[in-house]
Amino acid sequence: MDDALYREEILEHYKRPHNFGPMENPDRESFDTNPLCGDELRVMLKVDDNDVVEEVRFEGHGCAISQASASMISDEINGMKLDDLARLDRSAILDLLGIDISATRMKCALLSLKVLKSAAIGTLADWEPDTADAARPAGGAQL
Amino acid sequence: MTTASHTALALDFPILEQEGLVYLDSAATSQKPRVVLDALEDFLAHHNANVHRGVYPLAIDADTRFSAARAQIAAFVGAEPAETIITKNATEAINLVRYSWGPQNVGAGDAIVLTEAEHHSNIVPWQQLCEEVGAELRWLEVDDEGMISLGQLDEFLADGRVKMVAVTHCSNVLGTINPVEEVVARARAAGAASLIDGSQAVPHMAVNVDAIGADFYVWTGHKAYGPTGIGLLHGRRELLEAMPPFLTGGDMIKTVSFEATTFNELPFKFEAGTPPIAETVALGAAVDFISGLGIDRVRAHEEAITAYALSQLQAIPGLTVQGPPLAQQRGGLVSFTLDCAHPHDVAEILGRDQVCVRAGHHCTQPLMKKLGLGATTRASFAVHNSTDDVDALVGSLGNVIEIFGES
Repeated sequence: MDDALYREEILEHYKRPHNFGPMENPDRESFDTNPLCGDELRVMLKVDDNDVVEEVRFEGHGCAISQASASMISDEINGMKLDDLARLDRSAILDLLGIDISATRMKCALLSLKVLKSAAIGTLADWEPDTADAARPAGGAQL
Repeated sequence: MTTASHTALALDFPILEQEGLVYLDSAATSQKPRVVLDALEDFLAHHNANVHRGVYPLAIDADTRFSAARAQIAAFVGAEPAETIITKNATEAINLVRYSWGPQNVGAGDAIVLTEAEHHSNIVPWQQLCEEVGAELRWLEVDDEGMISLGQLDEFLADGRVKMVAVTHCSNVLGTINPVEEVVARARAAGAASLIDGSQAVPHMAVNVDAIGADFYVWTGHKAYGPTGIGLLHGRRELLEAMPPFLTGGDMIKTVSFEATTFNELPFKFEAGTPPIAETVALGAAVDFISGLGIDRVRAHEEAITAYALSQLQAIPGLTVQGPPLAQQRGGLVSFTLDCAHPHDVAEILGRDQVCVRAGHHCTQPLMKKLGLGATTRASFAVHNSTDDVDALVGSLGNVIEIFGES
């Protein structure tokens, strides 16, 4: 069945997630939940002396959107500096997913980014805004 | 035979005029029958005034209708109007007991008994009280079939330290109907008070607060075909009279001077400020609606739908039903998990077919942890549901399996 939300690539990442499983002695680690639905995600990073990500692993459980987004972003961050990782915004995830995410599912999509950024900055990161409108900086161009 | 088809018991719900809507989320909130909406509008359009102390005819009319509705609501569950306190919702009713009864009756070294299947609304207030006074929580376990053990309750009660036993009448996840009369009797024999959370019971099965005998029984209007913004606390008079007020202000006073206040009689002592007047009148119409159908017919209908749902769902490979195996042990709801798909994905795909189910932890995170689950999908039934709605659910689950099924 063709499905706009559950397209092939997302289901593939959900069923066979990349970089999934435990990591011994991670340099950076963070865990968080989606309070709305109970999705759980732990991210573990190994970084080199220059704070560049060498390896990423994640563990957790949740819906297809949250788990696939974690799998997809995990493929993107090897070789990334922690500073750059901390500066990623919601578009990083939404571009990878490539689908329209409704407001009620947005936190599912953004949990992995929140946990990754938390691991990078060493403290809990804020949620990304749920909507593009809310993401627009105050005083920015208005349509 | 449990698999026979059943038509709806009542269909006059305006929202059901939406083409194709299959509403299976009455455990979250019920849809509203036309008679309830009419009562709400009729009151606000023709009888609206504030209650208490009004002298002009319209105010007397409003007052009379408000009092009559309270009496009607109380009678529906076998309670006394003076012992029937109108709150905002069931959560506020539990908090009223926690704040007004709790600190005077629960102290350091005491204990409160809850079941593992309580809604957060019947956990967090007691957890907070225990932290505040230095008491402990004791958790009645639910077994693999969602049942609690009265033997374990006896063990908990044996040392005489338990001051409150707070138990749901019907679990909002497992569906289990708990043996509340036995729980209450055991608590009383051990010198403990009892509170029963009837939020999932009241519109679905015969509830007689007097026969159950609990010190406190709470439920909520919006799950019982009434509007939001009204909950009920039925309490035993001697306890209510000994309790200080919860919220203070207007309506709950007898006299106020610059120096001091004396409090109003029951139930007004616990109803500070203008109550939900139109909502009370509409809930009166709602209980009238249920009484008109006959609560025993309602129960038989929902039990039959539940039995049908259990048989149809259990036939789906990879689907696991939570809670008791038999419909007669359950309220009208079924929670389940699918091996291939997360409950949120299930609910999303069902939603495209307008099959409205709830997915998540259902405000029962401790129970979810016990079950080893992050979430479930829940279908819940009401008088407007038929076995056709269960067929729609099962058919739509086929789409989920088509998308997620193959590995």
